[in-house]
Amino acid sequence: MTIEIVLFTLFASICAVSAVLMITRPNPVISALFLVLNFCSLAGLYLTLNAQFIAVAQVIVYAGAIMVFFLFVIMLLNPEKEKRFFEQKAKLRIFIIAIVALVLVQIVYIIFLSRPSEVITREVARSLETGTVENIGREMFTNYVLPFEAAGYLLLSATIGALVLAKKKFE
Amino acid sequence: MQIPIEYYLVLSAFMFTVGIVGVLTRRNAIVVFMSIELMLNSANLTLITYSSYLGDVGGQLFVFFVMAVAAAEAAVGLAIIIAIYRNKLTVNIDEINILKW
Repeated sequence: MTIEIVLFTLFASICAVSAVLMITRPNPVISALFLVLNFCSLAGLYLTLNAQFIAVAQVIVYAGAIMVFFLFVIMLLNPEKEKRFFEQKAKLRIFIIAIVALVLVQIVYIIFLSRPSEVITREVARSLETGTVENIGREMFTNYVLPFEAAGYLLLSATIGALVLAKKKFE
Repeated sequence: MQIPIEYYLVLSAFMFTVGIVGVLTRRNAIVVFMSIELMLNSANLTLITYSSYLGDVGGQLFVFFVMAVAAAEAAVGLAIIIAIYRNKLTVNIDEINILKW
């Protein structure tokens, strides 16, 4: 019972700290590596929620494929250093802080106003069964087969689009 | 004792906010793109949390499709960034203003 709380605290703190570090590092390569750490700790959180299949897909697809792609592009373009946040215009800075504070307060207020934990309690056995590969595969190839095919076409068209965009030199 | 659902939701809200800060403050187009990925993942965390607490598989399938769309989006977006870099030799979004009137 307590190991659940220990694991949640560990993964959640890694997740939050690496997210903050990711947006504050000036070097984009280090940002990308912190994002990989963030995705891996998110996969750990998915495991504490008994979503095994999504946790594995998170590590393979996000932390593996997509982030390697990002690192390739960063190293290909070798972008210059950028100005830090605190060196930017004061007006812009106040505007950004106001928007961010508004969004965070709004979301947290809604969460604590609606009090979902009084209505929703987790049944461990049921949630264990929900996240298994068998269950997800059965559901995906019966009820969700049309979105699955559509995702395949989407990825095909994205591949062709990326090839066309990156190959041709526009005037 | 069980972890209340609010813990996961607040963590997700925090990550989403950090993503917004990244989009608004960073000037490098690739890092802005990575912040968008962070926001997508915070939404995924909410979906998985509700899916697990309600015992409904729909949320996890939705996350699977979000991953597919995110992969497509990353491919096209980074190709656009490469095309822009070829033309303007920069990825700083302050200098990419040809659509600004």
